Amino acid sequence: MSDTLTTLVNQGIGKKIAVQLGLPRPTILRRYEPGQVLVDGRVAVGGIGQGPNVAAVQEILGEAGISHVEATPDTSYADKPAAVVFDASGARTLDELEQLRATLGPALKALGKNGRLVVLGTTPAEVHDAEGAATQQALEGITRSLGKEMRAGGTANLLWVAPEAHGDRGVLDAPLRFLLSSRSAYVSGQPIRVLEAPVQPAADPHAPLDGQVAVITGAARGIGAQIARVFARAGADVIAVDIPAAGDSLAAVANEIGGTALQLDVTAADAGERIAAAVSRLSGHLDVIVHNAGITRDKLFVNTDEARWGSVLDVNLRSQFRMNKVLLDPSTTGGLRDGGRIISVASISGIGGNRGQSNYAASKAGVIGLVRELSQELADRHITVNAVAPGFIETEMTARIPIATREVGRRLNSLLQGGQPVDVAEAIAFFAEPGAAGVTGQVLRVCGQSQLGA
Amino acid sequence: MSPRDVFVLGGNRIPFARSGSKYLKASNQDMLTAAIDGLVARHHLQGERLGEVAAGAVIKHARDFNLTREAVLGSHLAPTTPAYDVQQACGTGLEATVLVANKIALGQIDSAIAGGSDTTSDAPLAVNDDLRKTLLKANYAKTPRQRISALLKIRPSQLAPEQPKNGEPRTGLSMGDHMAITAKAWGVTREAQDELTVASHQHLAAAYDRGFFDDLVTPYLGVTRDQNLRPESSVEKLSTLKPVFGKGDAATMTAGNSTPLTDGASAVLLGSRDWAQQHELTPLARFVDAETAAVDYVFGDEGLLMAPPYAIARLLQRNGLTLQDFDFYEIHEAFASTVLCHLAAMEDPAFCKERLGLDEPLGSIDRTKLNVAGSSLAAGHPFAATGGRIVATLAKLLHEKGSGRGLISICAAGGLGVVAILEASE
Repeated sequence: MSDTLTTLVNQGIGKKIAVQLGLPRPTILRRYEPGQVLVDGRVAVGGIGQGPNVAAVQEILGEAGISHVEATPDTSYADKPAAVVFDASGARTLDELEQLRATLGPALKALGKNGRLVVLGTTPAEVHDAEGAATQQALEGITRSLGKEMRAGGTANLLWVAPEAHGDRGVLDAPLRFLLSSRSAYVSGQPIRVLEAPVQPAADPHAPLDGQVAVITGAARGIGAQIARVFARAGADVIAVDIPAAGDSLAAVANEIGGTALQLDVTAADAGERIAAAVSRLSGHLDVIVHNAGITRDKLFVNTDEARWGSVLDVNLRSQFRMNKVLLDPSTTGGLRDGGRIISVASISGIGGNRGQSNYAASKAGVIGLVRELSQELADRHITVNAVAPGFIETEMTARIPIATREVGRRLNSLLQGGQPVDVAEAIAFFAEPGAAGVTGQVLRVCGQSQLGA
Repeated sequence: MSPRDVFVLGGNRIPFARSGSKYLKASNQDMLTAAIDGLVARHHLQGERLGEVAAGAVIKHARDFNLTREAVLGSHLAPTTPAYDVQQACGTGLEATVLVANKIALGQIDSAIAGGSDTTSDAPLAVNDDLRKTLLKANYAKTPRQRISALLKIRPSQLAPEQPKNGEPRTGLSMGDHMAITAKAWGVTREAQDELTVASHQHLAAAYDRGFFDDLVTPYLGVTRDQNLRPESSVEKLSTLKPVFGKGDAATMTAGNSTPLTDGASAVLLGSRDWAQQHELTPLARFVDAETAAVDYVFGDEGLLMAPPYAIARLLQRNGLTLQDFDFYEIHEAFASTVLCHLAAMEDPAFCKERLGLDEPLGSIDRTKLNVAGSSLAAGHPFAATGGRIVATLAKLLHEKGSGRGLISICAAGGLGVVAILEASE
């Protein structure tokens, strides 16, 4: 699970040699610790014309205790800004993009280590003239390219804000803070769409899930265990679920975070009922369910038998339908409340496919389809449904990949390194935050802007 | 103040492993800690100060003088949770349950864990008794000269360790040999023993398959199910085994229809109704009453493992119940013949009149209600851990049924028998 190269090229003699040989030098990414300041320094804020979100951005930064400097083509940055936020959501003509180029150039040049670029735009589908839509779509090309040009652990991401949500500090707050913070260390080149939604802000921004009950499946090890830890850190009462055979690791995780261990095979016919029963011991309703449990049974498609095909689809996808059915039934005690959250773990295999993983890719692509449709069905109940798609994450599972293949997976991304389980967990915890009410039906890649499946 | 109702709120054990196998490197303390920690994780008890934890081990190192307290300190319970050790041979786990249940009933404590652990893989080996005496003499010597002269008395023969004995101190007979005598006296056949054994394996396997143990067992050191479990066991297969206890026509007891030496640990959570409510825990069953009996197997003519019928008779009488008033019978299978002797004795008018002083025999039981989720023949029998296994199993069976009553019976070395009644909590 250790990335020797990243350790080696960042210290002492290894650093000198790496520089002389021109080896790739992945940066040790800034990651979240409780009480950490949002960004290490000032934020440059600019926009095209009267950016409709600029005021909201400035307020959000002020609330977080972060000072900002106005970003213009003429700004000279005396100190290195920690991040740049650029509101291009008012842009409707290609000419206006020149202002973006002129403003972002000097700002990005000055940007410090682990820097952040967040561009705000308007969801292109909501712009009803061709040039306007083209202009807004161009922002995606720009941010994706800048993600690849960022240096030293920097990331570039896009918030596409629906017109009704422009200037709405409530729905912008959590997504903006997530993308600026170290919690999004391994998220780059990604657009996130923000809709209008009623937001009940978290009482304590450092514990946004305080008092909430969250069920996390597949929580005994790897990414699932880390999701459980991050949710506990955010204040949630965690019910950690995994198969009975993994009960010892599951108990260790539950005891570490002060949660509850529930030994349960998610494919059991009564899995939903048993989860609801466990929830009802803690609370009348469930606030968040994270469908993380998953298996792989890799084989070339022509050699995949019915068992390998079926078990992967059953654990990774069909089980979610069965559990959701029970948990979404308003008559279920311990079921998901209105305004609750469903978060599934997809995979970049489900986006780009993977040799030997047709069954796994089917299940993970299926998750994406599920999330997109279910989010619309549940919009009336203000339940958001999202997925994360992890790229190469340093886990026990990826540690078993042969070294050559592993190195390719690990380096073939804008950050030149694999992600940590905590990076996936942070993205999931973001979707669970009360402030993420305006984010639904989306698949957020946590892949360091991997070339795979892009 | 009248006694309060006491409830079984949950249970946890590690899978039982064959002696000298998967848990070779685990100590009693390791296993008991794992059993407690699994219970803590399942019931969200991290950092909780319980009223007390009572547990024990039958085969115990001198260093484990405070086994349970050490296990608590190594667990995720609050370090301010008091603990003590109990030791009553195979009755340890159930007796520990009785002790803490009584304290809860009296209002002295509101919550407790009772349990037990045993390993014959990590059994203590004692120094040869002659050597021990010589070394003690040298230790207490006042002058170097005295010390040297004491140490010079060591002979090579003294270096052989004291052999651990699997026998009754007062008779020199092993438990199996004792049981073979009783089985012969009651005319228990080999076939009946093998049939009971097969039923135990089948019931335990079926219980695992339907997820019954999902919230009663936590895997340990890579073991996910009881290692002794043979779901494919059959009377035909068992009939090929050679008898290991008894001679001649008394030789009906085999390695199949006797419990093997096993390693494992179990823990049961008990509490008052209020405590359960405050901790959002579901009462599974009410702990009603218990009785311990002892028989004179040394000078008298009673069998070593025949105390349970005596205890059952007294317990039923005190509670105004008959033997038939139960929905589940959990009779510990030390040997298949033990269970069959108990059942035969309770049906026998002469035994019940002469030994138990009853006008009518206790009678027979509905055998379909016996050990319905398997018992020690299939799961194995880590001595002190068996009580906790049975209490948790019965409590869950009663909770599933939603009504009814169950009887637990556990025989123990020294002519002891511990029995208890649980009732489904309404």
